[in-house]
Amino acid sequence: MFGYIIRRLISAFLVVTAISMMVFALFFLGPTNTADYLCNQNGHCTPEKLKNINESLGLDKPVIEQYGVWAKGLVHSRTISFGGANTYECSAPCLGISFITQTQITDELKKRYPVTLSIAIGGATLYLLIGVTTGVLSARRRGTFSDKALVGSTLLVSSIPYYLVAFLSWLYLVNQWGIFQNPTYTSIFDNPAAWASGLLLPWLVLGIYNSTAYARFSRGSMVEALSEDFVRTAVAKGVRTRTVTVKHALRAALVPVVTIFGLDFAGLLAGAIFTEYIFQLDGVGKWSLQAINQFDFPAIAATVVTAAAVVVIANLVVDILYSVLDPRVRLV
Amino acid sequence: MTETLDKTEPKAPSHRDGDEPYLVVEDLTVQFPTYDGLVQAVTELSYTVKLGQTLGIVGESGSGKSVSSMAVLGLHDVKRSRMTGSIRVGGTEVIGANDQVMRRIRGNDVAMIFQDPLTSLHPFYTIGSQIVEAYRLHNDVSKKAAKLRAVEMLDRVGIPQPDRRVNDYPHQFSGGMRQRAMIAMSLVNNPQLLIADEPTTALDVTVQAQILDLIQDLQREYGSAVVMITHDLGVIAEIADEVLVMYAGRCVERGTTKHILTHPEMPYTWGLLGSIADVSGDPEKPLVPIPGTPPSLLNPPTGCAFHPRCPHRDKVEGNRCATDLPELRKGRFPDHLMRCHLDDAAAIFEAEVKEEVLR
Repeated sequence: MFGYIIRRLISAFLVVTAISMMVFALFFLGPTNTADYLCNQNGHCTPEKLKNINESLGLDKPVIEQYGVWAKGLVHSRTISFGGANTYECSAPCLGISFITQTQITDELKKRYPVTLSIAIGGATLYLLIGVTTGVLSARRRGTFSDKALVGSTLLVSSIPYYLVAFLSWLYLVNQWGIFQNPTYTSIFDNPAAWASGLLLPWLVLGIYNSTAYARFSRGSMVEALSEDFVRTAVAKGVRTRTVTVKHALRAALVPVVTIFGLDFAGLLAGAIFTEYIFQLDGVGKWSLQAINQFDFPAIAATVVTAAAVVVIANLVVDILYSVLDPRVRLV
Repeated sequence: MTETLDKTEPKAPSHRDGDEPYLVVEDLTVQFPTYDGLVQAVTELSYTVKLGQTLGIVGESGSGKSVSSMAVLGLHDVKRSRMTGSIRVGGTEVIGANDQVMRRIRGNDVAMIFQDPLTSLHPFYTIGSQIVEAYRLHNDVSKKAAKLRAVEMLDRVGIPQPDRRVNDYPHQFSGGMRQRAMIAMSLVNNPQLLIADEPTTALDVTVQAQILDLIQDLQREYGSAVVMITHDLGVIAEIADEVLVMYAGRCVERGTTKHILTHPEMPYTWGLLGSIADVSGDPEKPLVPIPGTPPSLLNPPTGCAFHPRCPHRDKVEGNRCATDLPELRKGRFPDHLMRCHLDDAAAIFEAEVKEEVLR
């Protein structure tokens, strides 16, 4: 088990490294030009101004060298100069300085990750709870009207794009009817009540929308589990129906659900872009969208690399969880 | 060992009328409505089993063997099945009984051993915890005491090092050991009726014999009634006192094991006996199957369900086999019932069939 985790961590490291290289390659080989964009920001762009920008950001150096400088910053502090008096001391792990806001990327991440994490935890808890519960109830009533109604309504909800649902709920629930305040982020450590109430609407939207997929998925998994021989054995032993459902059937049905959930949750942590953008919450997703629009390369690299790291780690956690849930699975 | 066993020794006899056998099945009909139509899995089946006795139920796949026995434990979803008739277990009516009554019977008065012990045991729980669960459902004891009982039961069914193996998961057991564990779990509450649904089908031949011996030993020890469902007449010969032959959901012949195996009077039973491989005979000799396939239970054949496959149907006048369902009537021996239009079945068997069938 220990050796397995070490090996998985090494391969995770390699994957993240490869992805960081690819981000560099794609960005610099692509048609975008940060220097041009920045040069045209404040008035007329002169060749001198362009040269100055290129030099101060190091964009005139070969890509490989730029990658080397960036990678070195992860373990060693570096000094970044934007030309003139704008010099920054960027302590390790340094992901660079934003070209646009001229702030440290690590500081930005520290500020924004709690927002994304809060949205993800609340939303994911809701959709897991609602989804699995309705899925299980529906599986128990398989073939009845309520089961068919549930499956039908989940299909209906899933066929509406998420951004539309999120936008309409903001438009009506916040803007038109004022049932909810505009969502805000307060740190849970400062004020847990404000944290929860400020994020309630995004949680509900994210949770209810995604729960439909989980309801259908866990229903399918549960229908299968309920027809297993070992469930019949449990009934034949005299186990009460509720215990049969939860302890015997759900326990088996949960394994595939956990797998999907782990990967979904990682996806949320990489940035709930629509949720953050529509409800104007300063999370990683909204920030990455902004970075792409402004050719802010250090920010783009940081979001992509952290997202990759989160997904790879989530995969590892899912595999470990798998071996905990199913004694037949051994990690070797 | 004896100390814990004593606590759960024979249960007080329940309110049965006089000498009624422990298990009474009367006119049991089980049907499943499906999109394709009504599946007539079991039709008007009646039998009884006394304590200490073993009834063997034989028949091909889909003849209603398992369906009828699962009905005894109420394992059919009431929303997806239609059941009529009567099943009395120790005097308690099972059909239409509420969940509470059923839960008291299940695993306590009546226990079941299933065909495939790998899929029938929960893969995520240890053998021990599954036996403990079965025991504690019907006995108010601590987990620790229940675990001791589980170890004792595993020892009783011949699992080596039971105190260690009790913590193993089913996948860590071999097929034979899994079935032993399954039996240990079934017997943990000393049930008065044990239903074994093809308990040896998934096992190899040497293990089969051990498992059958084990079931017989335990039956002798506890004096319980056993219903043995199988398609293996060898198993029947070894273990059963009485045999019930099922075809297309109906009883087609019933009698003592000796009579059924030596003087069967129903052509289907002849076919079953004739299809047994002769181990000591000529290895080049082809096996003799019953021609045709088991009938669809959605649209069972008219008349006698076996008539499309029956080589003797022309001996009955007026094509009655295809039009009239034969009554279950008395055969040559007392306690021998058969469902066939042949008037002289016994004579035909002696003259034409015996030679081939009973080698």
